[in-house]
Amino acid sequence: MPREIWLVFRRHMAVSLRNPAWVIVGLTQPILYLVLFGPLMERIVSSTPGFPQGDAWQILTPGLLVQLSLFGSLFAGFSLLADLTTGVLERLRVTPARRLSLLLGRVLHDTVQLLVQAVILILLAVVIFGLRAPLAGIALCLTMVALIGITLSAASYALALTLRSEETFPAVLTSISTPVLLLTGILVPITTNLAPHWLYTLSRLNPFAHVMEAQRATFRGEYTVDALLTGSVVLVAITALTIWWATTTFHRENA
Amino acid sequence: MIEARGLARTFRSRGGPVEAVRGVDLDVAPGELVGFLGPNGAGKTTTLRLLTTLLRPTTGRATVGGCDLLTDPVGVRRQIGYVAQGGGTAYECRVREEIEIQGRFYGLSKADTVRRGAALASRLDIAGLEHRLVRTLSGGQRRRLDIALGLIHAPALVFLDEPTTGLDPQSRANLWEHIRALRAEHGLTVFLTTHYLDEADALCDRVLVIDNGTIVATGTPDELKSRISGDSVSVEVAPGTVPDAAGIAGRLPGAHEVTTGENTIRFRVPRGDTALPELLRALHTHGIDLRSVQVHRPSLNDVFLTLTGRTLRDAEVPGAA
Ligand SMILES: Nc1ncnc2c1ncn2[C@@H]1O[C@H](COP(=O)(O)OP(=O)(O)OP(=O)(O)O)[C@@H](O)[C@H]1O
Ligand SMILES: [Mg+2]
Repeated sequence: MPREIWLVFRRHMAVSLRNPAWVIVGLTQPILYLVLFGPLMERIVSSTPGFPQGDAWQILTPGLLVQLSLFGSLFAGFSLLADLTTGVLERLRVTPARRLSLLLGRVLHDTVQLLVQAVILILLAVVIFGLRAPLAGIALCLTMVALIGITLSAASYALALTLRSEETFPAVLTSISTPVLLLTGILVPITTNLAPHWLYTLSRLNPFAHVMEAQRATFRGEYTVDALLTGSVVLVAITALTIWWATTTFHRENA
Repeated sequence: MIEARGLARTFRSRGGPVEAVRGVDLDVAPGELVGFLGPNGAGKTTTLRLLTTLLRPTTGRATVGGCDLLTDPVGVRRQIGYVAQGGGTAYECRVREEIEIQGRFYGLSKADTVRRGAALASRLDIAGLEHRLVRTLSGGQRRRLDIALGLIHAPALVFLDEPTTGLDPQSRANLWEHIRALRAEHGLTVFLTTHYLDEADALCDRVLVIDNGTIVATGTPDELKSRISGDSVSVEVAPGTVPDAAGIAGRLPGAHEVTTGENTIRFRVPRGDTALPELLRALHTHGIDLRSVQVHRPSLNDVFLTLTGRTLRDAEVPGAA
């Protein structure tokens, strides 16, 4: 099974490496935010009470990492829809390879791709904007980014396979991703001081808001149970849940 | 090799349930080359997808290569190769990459995959394309790649869904030859669907005719042809002797559909070749002057028409009739 996952991973990686433009395309949005919104954020953070601790870049960069994961991994399902139409998926499903390998190999590819982009983004923030974050914190944050990537790409595949339509799939994705993104507080953190009570309460229902908080804590170098526990537990739980969902979807006949 | 009983599959769709396959019984012996013939929408592809574990039957059961479809699908998958009607190669991958993942998914080593891939590629005339992107292959080259992928692991049984669609006549003949050779050398069992009547005729030991989800006839191509409509015989005689001659023809055993023209008589008999001597003798005895005789063996197309009331798409039947 690891061998099968590796084969699937390599197959998709080979395609990605032939078109390295994906690195740039995926990074455009977050880089634009970094350049055109970051400096504004610097002023706001220093003049407005109610922000969590840390400077603007420590707050913004983890947020942009979440944005990167959302836009990168959530649309992974498109490649699966293509394989569905061209019959590639059926061809591989007739081989004795495990269906779970077909899923996990893809997810692994998406996650590695995401991590490469995340590292580039962090480097840019450090080199150009003077982001200060402890190495251990960055490593911890990248681990979380990886888990978010796994969650979202697995969910994307499960959704693509369930909808099986190149029209409804992006429609459903955008209608889910925009509120989730906003309720995560990727640009301006949703805290009790900054947000009205109802908005804060609503954001508590969004698992990514908790993960977001934990990621910001890692950039501040805060490794306390208080700062990390909720986010980590939530993250591991949703990762497990989506993997399970995607697995059952991939095992269904006709998938 | 294949044993299916009452295999049926109903699709749910917006317009209501579609009974694509309604109770198919099949027996295919090892080493047999069986053709599945039927018009569009008859249920050929659906049957193949049932037998290759891609779909679960609504009812019925089957064993393929001794493994049960429902309880041991992986066992089935290990033994079979499948070439889908629409192919299944990824445009953005290189030919070599497609061959490699296919072989290795079947448990071949990298070296074995490369070796077998190269042999198949040269056999199917697609050697030298290994480094090309699938996207850049011609339709026929891609089709041959599909077939190479289906055979990469030397399966004991291969399902080919309209394998030669889109191939030029030479590639078709080449593929037929390859299939025959595989059968002769390795005892490969082949189950193929086709619209090409000449293909079924030339290649298959046995033909199953499917229409509307049920098998309506089965037999060797010759058996089918002789059983269904019989040979058509047309006799030309001197004017004025037509009624007598028609009477004689109608009394031949099994003669039917007797029609007459100004000085010709047409009729069908189960076996034209055996009926002819008798006819000639009778005509001679009655002093009827015979001018010409023609016997036409029916084509599978005639068989088809008689059985299903439909003909195969004309565009897809070159050289038939
Ligand atoms: N996934 C599906 N959902 C609904 N109906 C389907 C589905 N797949 C096939 N059908 C229907 O089942 C019937 C049989 O289809 P099938 O593809 O088996 O035909 P076929 O004999 O292979 O035809 P062709 O010669 O055109 O390839 C058709 O009426 C088709 O529309
Ligand atoms: Mg078909």
